[in-house]
Amino acid sequence: MAVLISKEKCKGCSLCVKACPFAAIDMVEKKAVINDKCTMCGTCVEACKFGAIIKEEETKEKDLSSYKDVWVFAEQRAGVITPVVFELLGKGRDLAAGIGGVSLCAILLGENLEDMTRQLFEAGADIVYTAESSLLENYTSDGYTKVISEAINEFKPEIVLYGATHIGRDLAPRIAARVNTGLTADCTKLEIDPETKGILQTRPAFGGNLMATIKCPDHRPQMSTVRPGVMDKAPVEAGRTGKVVPVTLNLQESDIRTKVLEIVKTAKDMVSLTDAEIIVSGGAGLGDASGFDLIRRFADKVGGVVGASRAAVDSGWIDHSHQVGQTGTTVKPKIYIACGISGAIQHLAGMQTSDVIIAVNKNPLAPIFDVADYGIVGDLYKVIPELMEAWK
Amino acid sequence: MKILVCVKQVPNTNEVKINPKTGTLIRDGVESILNPDDDNALEAALQIKDANEGTTVTVISMGPPQAAEALRECLAKGADDAVLLSSRAFGGADTWATSNTIAGAIKKIADYDLIFAGRQAIDGDTAQVGPQIAERLGIPQVTYVEEILKCEGGRLTVKRQLEDGYEIIEIPTPCLLTAVKELNTPRYMSVKGIYEACGKEITVWNEHDIVVKPDEIGINASPTKVFRSFTPEPKGKGMLIQGTPREAAAKVIEELEKKHIL
Amino acid sequence: MFELKHEMLRKLAREFAERELEPIAADAEKNGGYPKELQKKAAECGFGGITIPKEYGGAGGDYKSLAIVVEEFCKKDAAASSMLMSNSLSGAPYLYYGTEEQKQKYLKPMVLGETIGAFALTEPGAGSDSAATQTTCLWDEEQGCYILNGRKCFITMGPVCDYAVVFAKSDLQAKGTRGISAFIVEAGWEGFSRGKAEEKMGMHASVTSDLIFNNVKVPKENLLGEEGQGFKIAMGILDAGRVTVAAQGLGIAAGCLDLAVRYSKERVQFGRPICKLQDVAFKLADMATEVQAARLLVYDVADKLDKHEKVTMQAAMAKYKAGETCNTVAYKALQIHGGYGYMQDYAIERMTRAARLVSIYEGTSEIQKLVISGNLLK
Repeated sequence: MAVLISKEKCKGCSLCVKACPFAAIDMVEKKAVINDKCTMCGTCVEACKFGAIIKEEETKEKDLSSYKDVWVFAEQRAGVITPVVFELLGKGRDLAAGIGGVSLCAILLGENLEDMTRQLFEAGADIVYTAESSLLENYTSDGYTKVISEAINEFKPEIVLYGATHIGRDLAPRIAARVNTGLTADCTKLEIDPETKGILQTRPAFGGNLMATIKCPDHRPQMSTVRPGVMDKAPVEAGRTGKVVPVTLNLQESDIRTKVLEIVKTAKDMVSLTDAEIIVSGGAGLGDASGFDLIRRFADKVGGVVGASRAAVDSGWIDHSHQVGQTGTTVKPKIYIACGISGAIQHLAGMQTSDVIIAVNKNPLAPIFDVADYGIVGDLYKVIPELMEAWK
Repeated sequence: MKILVCVKQVPNTNEVKINPKTGTLIRDGVESILNPDDDNALEAALQIKDANEGTTVTVISMGPPQAAEALRECLAKGADDAVLLSSRAFGGADTWATSNTIAGAIKKIADYDLIFAGRQAIDGDTAQVGPQIAERLGIPQVTYVEEILKCEGGRLTVKRQLEDGYEIIEIPTPCLLTAVKELNTPRYMSVKGIYEACGKEITVWNEHDIVVKPDEIGINASPTKVFRSFTPEPKGKGMLIQGTPREAAAKVIEELEKKHIL
Repeated sequence: MFELKHEMLRKLAREFAERELEPIAADAEKNGGYPKELQKKAAECGFGGITIPKEYGGAGGDYKSLAIVVEEFCKKDAAASSMLMSNSLSGAPYLYYGTEEQKQKYLKPMVLGETIGAFALTEPGAGSDSAATQTTCLWDEEQGCYILNGRKCFITMGPVCDYAVVFAKSDLQAKGTRGISAFIVEAGWEGFSRGKAEEKMGMHASVTSDLIFNNVKVPKENLLGEEGQGFKIAMGILDAGRVTVAAQGLGIAAGCLDLAVRYSKERVQFGRPICKLQDVAFKLADMATEVQAARLLVYDVADKLDKHEKVTMQAAMAKYKAGETCNTVAYKALQIHGGYGYMQDYAIERMTRAARLVSIYEGTSEIQKLVISGNLLK
């Protein structure tokens, strides 16, 4: 398989050189030439206006027809199924429908699996493969890799989905290596290619600056990890049941080389501005220091950190450590909520690359609205309580 | 003790931007750096070396010839030697083929006690290569290591980061650990270290120098293939939401839920 | 002239300046000093003894390396480079003229960051005219030691130094500069005191004060070099000192240029960024050209110094040019910042005040012109 550039069609315009994320194209005597760094991502194919670049596909005839069904790894900790599993079952159902004629299954490891099995059926699993053993009570790389790999070899699923949790990201690569198949991490979109019935996995790379759609044409199972909160949860159908299939268990204590000495849950520590996922910021529009009481409550409600504009800090309403902006801290949270902040360039410099910006200000001309994804013109003392009420 | 550290040179993706007109990546002026998590992995190895006389630290990387810069930085920080795996045959590899290649080099080096790797690289963001190398070598692993509590007598006790807490795990050597940024604060290079590193030779291996089969490396050995790449849709202008405070708030929440932000 | 090691060193110095110096520069200026951990971190990286040989804890490096580090530091915080420079300046006399015992006792701990050494030449009546020293350090046969009396002023690290190289007249009969000798004087000795920390126009984090000597007993082992050699020692190390200060001026100028370029792209007036205004753009063009000229002078001299060539005239040129350039560039950069440039929140304000010293100390621009013309018209 290779990316080929037609010398005749190449006009030497260098568009492909600029488009390549890996600096894999050089201009040699006014013609584009692919070098060692090529990863076959195909970005150049799309960029070329003259159709001079093609990706040559190798057609391997491999018989993969014995692989059927969509599996979801039902991660559980201390008898509680991790929420992402229900999202995977929701997406798994779509994938199974897209392929047609296959079952949606879950694979569950641990102890005392009855109640969890019931939950999995109610969330849409047709079959639950179980592996019950005291050795599997807590997650270990060795134990879970061995059991699931052997189950995969025994039952041959065509797709296996895992949550991209700390467990999933430890487990899935190890299984993929043991079973000699491909794994795509942190998928944000999963679809079935209607022609091949294979999975198309879309995921972010380059820190989110580039999206890639990946396929796994010649190996089975096709495996993906999916971040929590990306897919929709499966609807729950109370009372629904299915088939329980215990896997053949060959696990011994000596198979597990690590020992879990302790598992500890910690309360969330004070998060700094730079690490915060959500920031609720207050500015001059608050009117006085007491306005920050509302901001703090809002921040607590949404699990965020309190920020402030320079104007608020200079007025002595809040400590400088909360200041966001040119002469404060630069932040890049998932959600930045600017309340009563006009959006002077010195403030924007510190937060405009946030993923989502929500602004509340009573002045419709406030520059903050130029960078906000969602802007509400209004009295923040009326709008914020409503936002807090509606926030889930 | 013989410690190996797997590192990668990556573009500084925090600086990468997208050209809004053409929708393509702007790579100009984006420097190549040592992957941040790998810096933590190296620091962990160097700290063990500082505390235990006779310990050696070897850094390994698979990449184009330019990746030697990152390896030299590791030498300047205190690593003893560096191996670069570079060959056309390695090109286009996904994590499966990459881990085969690196494992092949590690098998050649042999007699190691401990392997450190970063949790994930900031360009690929998969976090797969570390565990896959461990599987190839048949050694146990602990990922997301945020503290090393004990390292003696052929066993390590480490703290593994969970989303809402941590686990204390005991693991025998040889083993592979992946480091997260909370593990330590990587040291700077030193002036002396730089001078010495510039005088050292970096070993370069190709596919014939390592313990691996031709059908296990490179693009043709990669089970996953890129179907297409594209830049995500630009943000576009935001929406100004009308209505009473209650209506506006409800609309915003609805939008956030639709986009799975909430 | 630059090798891989220089590129890597520049990367290290730049990272250190961005991560360790830039965030605390404003506070250090307000507080008049740096946190102790910073000196330790700098010592761990080996910044304290770049040109000092390995036997004395240094890296055994070249002057290009030193200039690179000083430049990168000064781009972010001019005062911080004094922490390194006082080692090259105050370390050099030990290096070239000290005995092995003196080097081990005084030079090594300084380089390792354990102690702070100062260089005490200037006096109230002896600035540019450094030969007009009035401090005396006369042999007392009865007490079997030298007795040091006098006052030095404007001494960098004066308030905190553990010891200093002091230039004083040891022979009142000798003609001209031949009566001056160099001595290593410890701060803990009786009769040694410091003046109050000076309130300067800028570089507040680099502390400066008088050193006052009142019948301080100086043992004969603390004579540095030979009697009467003092002035030669002071002048001999000046070439290296000039290169270092020139690099400081270069760094300040380059840093001011960076700030101005960035600001001009962000600041929008009349509907567009001010860099689109030709006057601003042309100012930046002038500034960039001046910086580049200064840069080539500085590194050319450093390179020649590394090759042990005679550099007195070029070193003077580099110091003169860099000293003047950092002032003109800072002035223009502040102008480009407009009102914000006058506010202490913005780094350009601090750097402009720091720049003012560079054309004065380590030999004023006028002294440099004396050296240049003297060499030219030989």
